[in-house]
Amino acid sequence: MKRIITATVRNRSGVLNRVTSLLQRRQFNIESISVGRTETEGMSKMTFVVDVEDFQKLEQVTKQLNKQIDVIKVSDITDKAIVARELALIKIVSNSQLRAEIQGIIEPFRATIIDVSKDSLSIQVTGKPDKVEALIELLKPYGIKELARTGLTAFVRGHQPNTQDGSFQSLLG
Amino acid sequence: MERSQKQEQSAAETKEPKTGADLLVESLINEGVETLFGYPGGAALPIFDALYKAQNSFDQILARHEQGSIHAAEGYARVSGKPGVVVATSGPGATNLVTGIADAMIDSLPLIVITGQVAQGVIGTDAFQEVDVMGVTTPITKHNYQVRDVKDLPRIVKEAFHIATTGRPGPVLIDMPKDISAEVIEAEFQANVELDLPGYQPTTKPNPLQTKKLAEAIGNAKKPVLLTGAGILFAEASEQVREFAEKYSLPVASTLLGLGAFPGDHPLFMGMAGMHGTYTSNTALYECDLLINIGARFDDRLTGKLTSFAPNATVAHIDIDPAEIGKNVPTDIPIVGDAKEALTKLLTHDIKQPEHDEWLVQIHENKENYPLWFNTPDQEMIGQWVIKKVHEATKGNAIVTTDVGQHQMWTAQYYTFTQPDRWVSSGGLGTMGFGFPAAIGAQLAKPDDTVVAIVGDGGFQMTLQELSILQEKGLPVKVIIVNNQALGMVRQWQEAFYSERYSQSIFSIQPDFVKLAESYNIKGMQLKTQDEFIKALPEIFNYEGPVVVDARVLQQENVFPMIAPGSGINEMIGVKP
Repeated sequence: MKRIITATVRNRSGVLNRVTSLLQRRQFNIESISVGRTETEGMSKMTFVVDVEDFQKLEQVTKQLNKQIDVIKVSDITDKAIVARELALIKIVSNSQLRAEIQGIIEPFRATIIDVSKDSLSIQVTGKPDKVEALIELLKPYGIKELARTGLTAFVRGHQPNTQDGSFQSLLG
Repeated sequence: MERSQKQEQSAAETKEPKTGADLLVESLINEGVETLFGYPGGAALPIFDALYKAQNSFDQILARHEQGSIHAAEGYARVSGKPGVVVATSGPGATNLVTGIADAMIDSLPLIVITGQVAQGVIGTDAFQEVDVMGVTTPITKHNYQVRDVKDLPRIVKEAFHIATTGRPGPVLIDMPKDISAEVIEAEFQANVELDLPGYQPTTKPNPLQTKKLAEAIGNAKKPVLLTGAGILFAEASEQVREFAEKYSLPVASTLLGLGAFPGDHPLFMGMAGMHGTYTSNTALYECDLLINIGARFDDRLTGKLTSFAPNATVAHIDIDPAEIGKNVPTDIPIVGDAKEALTKLLTHDIKQPEHDEWLVQIHENKENYPLWFNTPDQEMIGQWVIKKVHEATKGNAIVTTDVGQHQMWTAQYYTFTQPDRWVSSGGLGTMGFGFPAAIGAQLAKPDDTVVAIVGDGGFQMTLQELSILQEKGLPVKVIIVNNQALGMVRQWQEAFYSERYSQSIFSIQPDFVKLAESYNIKGMQLKTQDEFIKALPEIFNYEGPVVVDARVLQQENVFPMIAPGSGINEMIGVKP
């Protein structure tokens, strides 16, 4: 099962290595990882999507991460109300005849064309992973020359509903 | 003339400017370090220069190999309860420490490991004796630091000691680039630096709801078992665990490293559990309906096949490391906290006495009917017999260290430990070559106690260069080589599981251990028969200096009982002769 875990870490040299080395050593599979600075100076936030067998393994992931001295807080936010986004850059084979057609495909996804060349187009899309996946699928027939994804980044919404509606399940498919 | 020159020199020395290395040494003194294990080298020269200036402040031990220095530091830490401090140079100095760091990590020993590093300007250029020590040691340290600014040094040292000794103890490494240790500084040493560890707050106080749950479970248990691990030793909770076991008549099984946490001669003690544990302990762990694990990590050598481990038990686990709870064995009553605090709390609960007379009778019968056993030959010696005799000669009061293998298991089985912190062995990592240097560290920590290193002929040959320290420091360590001219445990497994194909496990060539000892000016003895051994025992233990004993034992002897790898704790072989 896929889970979204966030970790607040001290922005110190080697902290990314500590975390990834730990996940690798304990045989936890990382689907994606994204890191960046936060509102607090000296603190970074990591968002992982991990693929774990069961809840016992999941508990080990969070406990082992928590044991790291430079890790301040670990949360499994999968079952919370969250906002989660990733960004993808997609370069596809294209020419001037196809441009309008592609524009029509990407528009409902609120994606934008950010670079054009004689024989290619670069598209930027932001959203939940399933949306990004859907757009990639639609663009595949045109021929994807290059694809780069940031991995998911996420945090919990300002307001948490009292009941779990499981709405986010669709988030990771 | 010469004299005045010397005076001038020493005057010049006192005028030497203060360096980052001096600051490091001041920080170590401030932490109360008394003994330091080190080996110099290029990138560590400024550190060793600062140590030279501070040589009256602590006892500095020069090992003959970095691995020797770190195992000595581990032995020191294990018996003293204080962190062992090691200093080595960059590159090969640091990598030679790796085995010891990993050993300390898995057995939770507090160490402060200081490594020299090439200057910051050349880090990353594959400079002479450069290795990525941070990268290498990240997975095998509790935490590690590379000093980037000399101003951080007092805080880093303070944090390192705090992290190494609190919560679940472990090794902390400080990598000191040469430009940092050589940097001239103006600042005075500040002893009262603040720790800056927002991500490190070990839980020591147990959750009262969980201890209450455990109290209720004890009252309802019909077949309770207490499993005692090394966490009890680190928490100094031996008295509490004894009081607790006695109060509710709880039978006690021990892990390998937990030996001594509960008296080995106590009527409630069932012996070590696990792969070479007693029938009574293993059967009790298999059949129990309540298992209370205090400070053990359910290692695979203890549990055997997990599906057969305590299959019908409610499992309670007291551990200071939350990540150990539920890692291997599903746990019904998790108690995160210090063993002493948890036991003290449990002792205040008003617990109904469990009704488990039948269980106690069954355990008593098992102890009577299935004791540990061996067949003593007429004249020749075997390892078990040697260890029993050493136990008798030292009245069970020695500090005993071992290597890894058959002699280690026999020591665990036959040297009945009745007090805490007398047993020093490499458990989790199973490091050959550990026992002898660990004995040196133990003897330095406890100069007035009898320290016996029970080693195999294989392991001893991995670190015997440290005989130099015995002579140099006048340490009366008694080294008993249980010499079967083989890697006994490897040979045993090859006999049992590889159709007696003894691949690379028999030593056809060995040094003359007596001459070897004598070449270090150490008393050496070779003993081949039981009579010789019995006759020599008073000589060995009344002699005031170190002794190396080459005790020749039969090669074909095996460690029993045994749980074959992959088998359950209820599937023991060799339970009876």
